[in-house]
Amino acid sequence: MISRRNFIKLSGGAVAVGTLAGCAGGMSRGGAGGKVVVVGGGPGGATAAKYLRMADPSIEVTLIEANPKYYTCFMSNEVLGGDRDLDSITFGYDGLRRHGVRVVHDMVTQIDPATRKIMTKRGATFSYDRAIVSPGIDFKWGAIEGHSAELAESTIPHAWKAGPQTVALHKQLLDMKNGGTVVIATPAGAFRCPPGPYERASLIAQYLKRHKPKSKVIIMDSGDKFAKQGLFMAGWKKHYGYGTSNSIIEWVSGSQGGKIEGVDGKAMTVQGAVDKIKADVINVIPPQKAGKIAFDAGLTDGDWCPVNKKTFESKIHAGIHVLGDASNSAGMPKSGYSANVQAKVCAMAVADLLAGREPGFPSYMNTCYSVVAEDHGISVSIVYTFDEAKNEIVAVKGAGGVTPSDASAEALRREAHYAHGWFANITNDIFG
Amino acid sequence: MGSITLFKKMVFAGGLALSGAAWAATPSAVMLANTCAACHGTGGSSMAQIPSLAGAPAEYFVDTMKAFKSGERKATVMDRVAKGYSDEEIALMGDYFAQQKLTPMKQGFDKAKASQGQRLHDKFCEKCHEDGGRKPDQGGVLAGQSMTYLTFTMADFLDGQRTMDKDMKKKVDEMLKSHDKSSVDALIHFYGSQQ
Repeated sequence: MISRRNFIKLSGGAVAVGTLAGCAGGMSRGGAGGKVVVVGGGPGGATAAKYLRMADPSIEVTLIEANPKYYTCFMSNEVLGGDRDLDSITFGYDGLRRHGVRVVHDMVTQIDPATRKIMTKRGATFSYDRAIVSPGIDFKWGAIEGHSAELAESTIPHAWKAGPQTVALHKQLLDMKNGGTVVIATPAGAFRCPPGPYERASLIAQYLKRHKPKSKVIIMDSGDKFAKQGLFMAGWKKHYGYGTSNSIIEWVSGSQGGKIEGVDGKAMTVQGAVDKIKADVINVIPPQKAGKIAFDAGLTDGDWCPVNKKTFESKIHAGIHVLGDASNSAGMPKSGYSANVQAKVCAMAVADLLAGREPGFPSYMNTCYSVVAEDHGISVSIVYTFDEAKNEIVAVKGAGGVTPSDASAEALRREAHYAHGWFANITNDIFG
Repeated sequence: MGSITLFKKMVFAGGLALSGAAWAATPSAVMLANTCAACHGTGGSSMAQIPSLAGAPAEYFVDTMKAFKSGERKATVMDRVAKGYSDEEIALMGDYFAQQKLTPMKQGFDKAKASQGQRLHDKFCEKCHEDGGRKPDQGGVLAGQSMTYLTFTMADFLDGQRTMDKDMKKKVDEMLKSHDKSSVDALIHFYGSQQ
């Protein structure tokens, strides 16, 4: 028997066989079957698994994810600030099962692109026609002196993967005295959720303003500018006294010595280029790279995984697609929305490829809300298209952008509502 | 509209017979619509705050997107987003969402206000927003739509941020002449109650 994969190879081009597969409508596409294994059950992997089943129910989809629950990073800053609990950002996989996805809770230890097999910690082997790898991020330990995975698990949580560390950091804030100092250190290089550290500072400041008004948050920034900077600073002025001597938030840019070199979990200090700062709560967000399995499977070039932007197929290993934070989708930020959209583009491309069709022309977008205060939301929204000649994702000119700087209080209030509406809808789109 | 849909079906049916290059530059309707789901819900049925798109007449969707695109209709986010799509892409999305079945939003409402709202609806709104606001003959679907969103929308209509067409203005003025402002809220509870 000729395997489907070989059939595509033999046919040499998908367009030629497209008419054989039949394409009667925009949505219902011919059932070609095939086995897809998805590695990682975050926004990227879970969306891809679900949308593959929606695109073609004849495809056998297995999702392998180590944890039975997923905690979304998005809205985890509201957990830190005390506006919501961890349960509200916790999602299981029954929704995917209802879509016919086989969900396996195990850890992938090896991916063999030559034999198209995936091995797990418990000793299981899964064969695939195509694999989708969406492992999210891992941390570059050793970049900051004294910082380690162990320290993050104990006294200096990063909370940049939501879950137990989110709870731990929140508890540290609850336990802190009025008049305490919180330090947030931002990572250098590309990282998950570029506006995230500044939303975090905002919502911690809101908590302090309400409960411990003599306290402050110092952002030790690796760089000199950041996402939605003008909008954040305007919000901080409005709510947290930014720019005055009583400001709850202090921002130290990289060139002012904000880039930290070391951290001491016992003395509770961070070493900046200029000053050593003593703090009561320290949140060091370490620099990041693609999730471990991406490195183990040889899918990386540098810190991230190079991919074909039309299909998210790895440029290194054919038959394996990489998306979400781990992929090198320069142009799109590493966000939950990006992963969700990339997963759909990838799922449709995989369904097309399995059926021997040429993948359709992609469309992507990203909208990222940040909550600056209760009733004060801001956003950036960008529509992207595919530059076929350069194989790049590019922003559509003349569109997108951030909340206007002169937005009314009412518009900002609505954006906060829409941020919560977005959260309900995207999490249902991923896991529901 | 019927003939446009038929034309598109013919294009889809023959789509792969066209050369790759001629066909490739426009994403399919489902590819485009998938990008909206993170905010507007899977298949355009929203679960909270943000309006649902499912079941809206294609013409209404297209007009709305064009109004966002030109700046004629103010928005928080959609004015920035709409500028990213060609008229052709907007038409594809409009047809796609018109074909989706709306899952009404699950939301809390006040029963007494909803029944008052139903009486007001029958008197002032039913003629255009038929079948209790379910049948999208004119405008978007009102029944099962986010009450938060409807509240924002009505506030915009009433303070002139958004322009009512002549018929709507006449009916709203008429309603507000004989009822106080809480009548608007009652209407919203009626639409929210249809789940």
